[in-house]
Amino acid sequence: MDRLNRELESTLCLLLPDGEQGVNMTQSAPVAHAAVSAESMQGPVAGVDGQADADAVGGGPKHDLRRKPRVGESFIQGFLFLCGAVSVLTTVGIVIVLGRETLLFFASEEVNLLKFFGGTEWQPAIGRFGIWPLVTATLMASLIAMAVALPVGLCIAIYLSEYAAQRTRSILKPILEVLAGVPTVVYGYFALTFMTPLLRGMLGRDLVEIYNTASAGIVIGILVIPLVSSMSDDALTAVPNSLRQASYGLGATRLETALRIVLPAALSGVAAAFIVAISRAIGETMIVAIAAGAGPNFTFSPFRAAETMTGHIVRISGGDLSYDSIDYNSIFAIGLLLFLLTLSLNILSQWIVRRFREEYE
Amino acid sequence: MMALHQQQAVSEPTGGLMPSGPTYHRQVEARQRRGRIWAIIFQAALVSGVIALCALIFNIVNQSFGYVAIVNNIDPAELAVDGTPLNALPKEQLVEILEANVSAGLMRRYAHDVPFAERSREDIHGLILERVVEPQVQATWGLFDSVFARGSVMAEAEERFPGSDVYFRSWLTTSFISNSQSSEPLRAGVRTAILGSLWVVAITILFSFPIGVGAAIYLEEYAHRERPLNRLIQTNINNLAGVPSIIYGMLGLAIFVRVLEAFTSGAFLGVGDQSTANGRTIISAGMTLGLLILPLIIINGQEAIRAVPSSLRQAGFGLGATHWQVIWHHVLPSAMPGILTGTILAISRAIGETAPLVVVGASTFIALDPSGPFSKFTVLPIQIYQWTSRPQDEFRNLAAAAILVLLILLLTLNASAVLLRNQFNRRQANA
Repeated sequence: MDRLNRELESTLCLLLPDGEQGVNMTQSAPVAHAAVSAESMQGPVAGVDGQADADAVGGGPKHDLRRKPRVGESFIQGFLFLCGAVSVLTTVGIVIVLGRETLLFFASEEVNLLKFFGGTEWQPAIGRFGIWPLVTATLMASLIAMAVALPVGLCIAIYLSEYAAQRTRSILKPILEVLAGVPTVVYGYFALTFMTPLLRGMLGRDLVEIYNTASAGIVIGILVIPLVSSMSDDALTAVPNSLRQASYGLGATRLETALRIVLPAALSGVAAAFIVAISRAIGETMIVAIAAGAGPNFTFSPFRAAETMTGHIVRISGGDLSYDSIDYNSIFAIGLLLFLLTLSLNILSQWIVRRFREEYE
Repeated sequence: MMALHQQQAVSEPTGGLMPSGPTYHRQVEARQRRGRIWAIIFQAALVSGVIALCALIFNIVNQSFGYVAIVNNIDPAELAVDGTPLNALPKEQLVEILEANVSAGLMRRYAHDVPFAERSREDIHGLILERVVEPQVQATWGLFDSVFARGSVMAEAEERFPGSDVYFRSWLTTSFISNSQSSEPLRAGVRTAILGSLWVVAITILFSFPIGVGAAIYLEEYAHRERPLNRLIQTNINNLAGVPSIIYGMLGLAIFVRVLEAFTSGAFLGVGDQSTANGRTIISAGMTLGLLILPLIIINGQEAIRAVPSSLRQAGFGLGATHWQVIWHHVLPSAMPGILTGTILAISRAIGETAPLVVVGASTFIALDPSGPFSKFTVLPIQIYQWTSRPQDEFRNLAAAAILVLLILLLTLNASAVLLRNQFNRRQANA
């Protein structure tokens, strides 16, 4: 019994959590003076009064069971907080790094905001820094990707959630996850050695160049299909079954139920999936770096070579890059634009989910 | 349009409570037909996704094996001494052959690197193949053509490359895995790249696992949800997960490679190699990827910790354990399978990541094995990227073989994640 007492004493911090504080015990200062005797476990619970001591309740040896300041605990909590803060520091780091180099970029005489956003030629060698060729290539590749991924991904999601039997589902979902787990450089290889020859074979070698945004875009589309389908599938399966049953009860077919009842109910989740997919496509790098071509090219033809923002960053930084050169600073300016673009898309998708979610519970 | 039809159908009841009549039946049929058509479309979408995966795998396997046409500078048969073929000659004769065929300067350089007395027979045989026989790949064919159109491949090789050696070659061999990088496609391997990948991933795990799990514990067990600071951390983590990977590469370039150069080049320990002292080292790469997968580990860890029933915590508190004791002895052990599964998935993401490492500055060509966290590096995806970017067919074959190695590595890793989870679950069921 004595040994138990000592053990309890050493580990005991507080027995009774303050109701409002929940499990958050180390912070519950108001009950800091609670004293509890080991003997009290056999009898009525000892008072939470700061003055109560072991003698008063049980008559055993005297123990000071008041809450001890635990340096180790606070230290651990502090350390864990720092771990959480690392993520904030990462964001701060990204903003500072991109912002600083971008400011240096715009501080040079060769470039200003007007030229940057107004120019249609990106030739660092001759001091032309117009962002549009890179932006159009990025948008074109992303649009093609979306044209592939959105319909296919949504159809797969509807099939999985509304049509497929449980067994089929359990086989097909892992297959799609495999598709999502393949590294993007492999997709880049696939675009260059499979999709491009396929396109050139179908549409003619004169029309389609070896490096082109179309094949890169299609393959990005294949890459984001699992993302669209699994996020949409989650949204669709979250729609309560009572809605479906009500619809069937009114005589609707499976298709009508899926398209007019379930899909509208899950629309916010599906829209969020679409936006995340667009953001992913814009930020996709290796596929375009391998298959879309090297060299900024202001064109609207998907069958010609063009360089996207990400592709340009990879090509420039892959070479020997000297710090504080205008090339070095320029990729950070492109990076900042990319960061702001994807960040605002991600925030938009989160907002859509919050704002338009249909709650059925 | 549809609604209008339905109204008409309902508005002309022919008796009883249920709608009926020819119009109604026609419409039901049409609706059901439409349903069947769309069901086929949905299935077709699914099939097309599976086809894409199959095409991807077919394409890579197709490029990894197949016929090659090779022309030798000197036919190995001519090098045979007294009827003994080259690959059966003893070491001394091989050295003589080498001496007779390459310049004295090159011989001196070889002797300077490693004296001939210490070289193995295989090593010298390799040197002869490389320098004297000098096989050159003229053309390669895919597995599909090699198997199903063998005749036309042979005819084409005969016509375009007369006198060439045509044989079936698997680009993925054991020597492909054990050889280091080389500019000769027939002798190139991925050893340096695999070792580089393992080093980088080791650093990534050491960096991001403790921090990621720590942050997950903080957010789930300690943080007040309502406090603005904690909400900021949570929102921030969700947003970081959506930042393109190349941005992390730029962060790594500016912070780890440039600002922390003294640390990441190893100069502060005095261990850095002069040629690598520019911060473009394994440790920079590992930490960049660590930051990249940190949000994934945190989000997964949070989910795993949240899934631990709170009765477990209450029981611990009830026995008088401190907060940290409850976390360390009860919450973490039950959350561990989930945390580990998430971590392994995050690691497989890190292994496949290419773009940030290009930006951080992976070396384009290194034939030396990495010697520690402060050496230059290349990783498998970078190797694949470089081989893919070269115009010659034979490098595409090498890239395909390297992709197979990478995919097998990732598959093993994911399978181990599943096994680990099952193991833990079984142990918990027994306990």
